[in-house]
Amino acid sequence: MAVASALRPDVDTAIADNAVSIRHFTRRFGESTVLRNLNLDIAPGEFVALLGHSGSGKSTLLRALAGLDPVDEGQIQRPKNVSVVFQEHRLLPWKSVRDNVTLGLDGKEWDQQAGTILQEVGLGHRTEAWPLTLSGGEAQRAALARALIREPQLLMLDEPFAALDALTRLRMQKLVLDLWKKHNCAVLLVTHDVDEALALADRALVLERGEIRTEVEIPMARPRRHADPAFEALRERLLGALGVSV
Amino acid sequence: MVELVMNLFPARASMRPTGLRFGGFLSLCRRYLSVIVLLVLWQIGAQAGLIPTRLLASPIQILETAWSLTLDKTLPQNLLVSLGRAAAGLALGIGIGVVLALIAGLSRLGEDLVDAPMQMARTLPALALVPLFILWFGIGELPKILLVALGVKFPVYLNLYKGIRGIDPKLLELAKTLGLSRWKTIRDIVIPGALPDLLVGIRFAVGISWLMLVVAEQVNAESGIGHMMMDAEDFLRTDIILVGLAVYAVLGLLSDQLVRLAEGRLLVWRGRRLPNGGTR
Repeated sequence: MAVASALRPDVDTAIADNAVSIRHFTRRFGESTVLRNLNLDIAPGEFVALLGHSGSGKSTLLRALAGLDPVDEGQIQRPKNVSVVFQEHRLLPWKSVRDNVTLGLDGKEWDQQAGTILQEVGLGHRTEAWPLTLSGGEAQRAALARALIREPQLLMLDEPFAALDALTRLRMQKLVLDLWKKHNCAVLLVTHDVDEALALADRALVLERGEIRTEVEIPMARPRRHADPAFEALRERLLGALGVSV
Repeated sequence: MVELVMNLFPARASMRPTGLRFGGFLSLCRRYLSVIVLLVLWQIGAQAGLIPTRLLASPIQILETAWSLTLDKTLPQNLLVSLGRAAAGLALGIGIGVVLALIAGLSRLGEDLVDAPMQMARTLPALALVPLFILWFGIGELPKILLVALGVKFPVYLNLYKGIRGIDPKLLELAKTLGLSRWKTIRDIVIPGALPDLLVGIRFAVGISWLMLVVAEQVNAESGIGHMMMDAEDFLRTDIILVGLAVYAVLGLLSDQLVRLAEGRLLVWRGRRLPNGGTR
């Protein structure tokens, strides 16, 4: 594991056992504080959903974890191999699906690996296709393959299914669960969708005005059905935390 | 009334379905019909004595002259010289334009150092430098090639620079999350992303290269299509001058087609959107 920012002695020792440890992380943009004294641990192989309104600081947290923004206040410890799937697929239109998946990885063996992973995500038949010819769901599958080929210890999903139609979204959720079980990585899923969080995650967090206000364990066995009555209490808590009364 | 309005805005040939080969052929004919009618009128006018052939040779006369110039090797030899100059100037100009655009596009320091002088220099009419170039480089091949290169480098620079700066920042962010090195980011994202703009620049450049060459070859030259035309002026041979013009026109068209062909090959990932989707 690489330490993204120097650990201070006052940070507890349990930190090393986690895939992600965030301690006292604060992020300001000028006058406004987007994230305030944030603490978060994600265990190896844990599936965590992060809920919140637009502007609640979800993206800021994700960008810091992805190493896109500097960490000025507090510490963030994250694994060496971190992959991100964004809301948009961000495939390079001038590279075939396979070359997109192996982007930045040199060597023939990766081509074979890409074939295997694309098979896993259900794109085995489109390895040579141009990204502009893919449907939204297919493009997002390719983006998942590109994230997974690096065998990440932490997979971050930034509202990856928000732009997909409802049916495709359900199919993709199932795919993510299958891949998560197989690759055994920690997952941080940023989403607007309470039901999506309940269907997938071990734990759901609600971020509000820069702080984690609500934390809900979701102990139910998978696969879960959206209509499961056991969810009702959890759904109400999460929706309540998001300021929606049912 | 409705019919009248409709006829004022006839459907464009390219907008109609081209299912039938015959229909496509017909519309092609119609497209060139006006050109052919014009040529026929010109020929008739010349034969009827309405157009003095001393000032403007007739189309058939031009064809005959072109044929005889081909037979006595005047035309092929001069053509080859002109082509060589254009190619050399284009290669040099494109090379310089690409290097400058990469410097300005890829680093802030480079932008400050390169972009300001380029933006200033591009407002200068390049042809105004002809007298200076003759003083500096004499009347050999060098000033002609340099003049072409000078004109060519601007559209290449401007378009490629714009293309590099216009790369989707989200893709650059992706490169960062994938841990791509700077070199790989440039190779896999910046250059292919800016390629469509570079090709637009090269298309402009090809057009400009002929323009620069015409002037360069008419001011001081002992060979080339431009020189052939200037020679003809001394002997009042409008037919030869018109052959030269026609050759320039054909060269311009052919070279533009060549770049379009390259576009189709290099930008194959854009799929069927290409043919009419590009902007100039």
